[in-house]
Amino acid sequence: MSNKIKSITNPKLKLEILTPADVKKIHEATLWIIEKVGVKFPSKRALDIWAENGAEVDRDRKIVRVRGDVIESALKKCPPMYPLAARDPSQDLSLDGNHVFVGTDGCGVEVIDIQTGQRRLSKLQDVADIARIADATEEIAFHWVPVSAQDKPPETRGLHEVKTIWENSTKHAQTESIYSEHEAKAALEMAAMIAGSKEALRKRPVLSLMQCTASPLGHDGGSLDAALLAAEAGIPTGFMTMAACLTTGPATLAGNLAVGNAEVIAATALLQLAHPGAPVFYAAAQTASDPRSGAYTGGGPEDFLFGAATNVLADFYNIPLSMGSFATGAKEPNWQAGVENSLSTFMASIAMSDMLLGVGFLHGSRIWSFAEMMMDCEIFSIIHKVMQGIIVDDETLALDAIAAVGPTGHFLAQKHTRQHMRDIFLCEFMDRRPYGEWENKKDDGRDWALAKARKILAEHKPEPLDPKLSREFDKIIESLENKTAA
Amino acid sequence: MSEELYKKMAQSIIDGDPDASAALAREAIAAGIIHPLDAITKGFVIGVNTVGDAFGRGEAFLPELVMAGEAMKAAVATLDPELKRLGSERKMLGKVVIATVEGDIHEIGKSLVATMLGASGFDVHDLGVDAAPEKIIGKALEVNADIIAMSALLTTTMVKQKEVIEDLEKEGLRGKFKVMVGGAPVTRDWVKTIGADGYSEDAMGAVTVAKQLLETK
Repeated sequence: MSNKIKSITNPKLKLEILTPADVKKIHEATLWIIEKVGVKFPSKRALDIWAENGAEVDRDRKIVRVRGDVIESALKKCPPMYPLAARDPSQDLSLDGNHVFVGTDGCGVEVIDIQTGQRRLSKLQDVADIARIADATEEIAFHWVPVSAQDKPPETRGLHEVKTIWENSTKHAQTESIYSEHEAKAALEMAAMIAGSKEALRKRPVLSLMQCTASPLGHDGGSLDAALLAAEAGIPTGFMTMAACLTTGPATLAGNLAVGNAEVIAATALLQLAHPGAPVFYAAAQTASDPRSGAYTGGGPEDFLFGAATNVLADFYNIPLSMGSFATGAKEPNWQAGVENSLSTFMASIAMSDMLLGVGFLHGSRIWSFAEMMMDCEIFSIIHKVMQGIIVDDETLALDAIAAVGPTGHFLAQKHTRQHMRDIFLCEFMDRRPYGEWENKKDDGRDWALAKARKILAEHKPEPLDPKLSREFDKIIESLENKTAA
Repeated sequence: MSEELYKKMAQSIIDGDPDASAALAREAIAAGIIHPLDAITKGFVIGVNTVGDAFGRGEAFLPELVMAGEAMKAAVATLDPELKRLGSERKMLGKVVIATVEGDIHEIGKSLVATMLGASGFDVHDLGVDAAPEKIIGKALEVNADIIAMSALLTTTMVKQKEVIEDLEKEGLRGKFKVMVGGAPVTRDWVKTIGADGYSEDAMGAVTVAKQLLETK
């Protein structure tokens, strides 16, 4: 299996989804929201930092109102680029604005069992299996904790999950499942052991943290404390808004962008006020609720527009973006999954979002499917190819070959054809067979994708983690479990 | 010495290089130590089989297969006069007359099938495009063909495939030839309707079908 990582870089396609004037309006609206309406920060530590920096702090309601210039000057301290480090340094990812990397999605609660095909609750072994398969693919550049290890105690579940990822893959690990101070401390200790020291971890962060906001205009206290600890340690930290038109955000797209933006940049500014220069990223997966039921959609034209627009905002603040793409609302890998995951990922890619989250889920990031995981990888590969655009030069205009073939005839026997035929995309899960062959077998990409996942799981041996480190991690987790039990 | 030459011959086919394969054929004739039949069966055909197998495994691409076919054609064309001079004949799998039917000028599918059949050891007589029924049947009688193969890209010209079969029946020749048809609009139902003997959706499949038809002849 390959150590190579596929990323979109130097794209030839462009899209102007928001004009500079649009962005300025959204930014100004955002500052107005933060100053006049306020954002909820239910953490003593966070409220103290805001108070020290001249914000108007309502301690009872835990709502903070901050002047725009405070937010703007804090955001200027964000580093524009930094790496997501991997256990294997050749797999470090540069968040430099010129790469789009894909991760596994998270954090689901059920899994379609890779052997039996039955849907069941997720457990730690699933985290291991998914990490191992992701380790073998070129398309998956980093891990998000994909499913919840529900066979482990809630207090240390997040730690079991990242430990398992490190044991099954050399690629970068990101988690949204560590959202308390005690777990964050333990995770940072584990990450420092992998990097070699706390200082080494700062230079090569092998772990990054994602915290969800509580739309509209709120945050979770534990998340804020964990994020502040991570920022202090130099671990990349992002806040993800999932503001949804109609329910947790206004029905209009621009208003929804402003609400989400207020949540993200207020929390990002908080981290910079506390730890100037800490690596941070913008994260988003906005959507629109279904007007008929209020249901989470997991796809739709609004999501696709958010997918491209949010990177324009992140670029405006000059920080990397992790964008929600894929994550179809479909119940099985089907037509809906193909449409939603292709369009959401295309729109997030054409805007050059730095991280895309992510492959593998059905039913709105709830049910993990190994077939969907593999097919999502193919969607990314197709978009990767599309983003390369059309190169026009003497070689690609192929005039010599055209003259050699002339009217009628064919290009199959031309040297030029042989030289360039491998530039043409080869699909793995699209059915291009003769009709009769399909008619005999009646199988399709879903079967082939599942077979590929099974083959990787059976054959791929990731570079193991030093067993000494595994034992140390066990001790850290055990001592935390004993403490919470006591 | 000859082993070395056989290897080069096979490689020229794998490389899809008609200049190289023709040059090697000339070299074999000039040196006079390799019989032209051996050059084909122990040299060039090994290359064709290698590419064919790789294609079957999805490792070689269609242009490589076609180029191998072209290189094979060049080698055989060079060796043919020498074969005739020696009074020996290459043992062929069977004779095929192939054409795109009357009124239809779409050639690439038909040409691919012809190339693949040729590279697989069939004696192929390619009548090109826009071939009238009488021309196809006339050629089949002239060369004593085993198989008539017809291509059509249009539903409006596809009917000519039917016409040829009807003409064969009228003239009492239907039992003499196996008929295979192809082309984008051709379906299994159409094949049944017109009473053709074989059909494939792609060129490699056509070779398999042609081999099967010979066995039932």
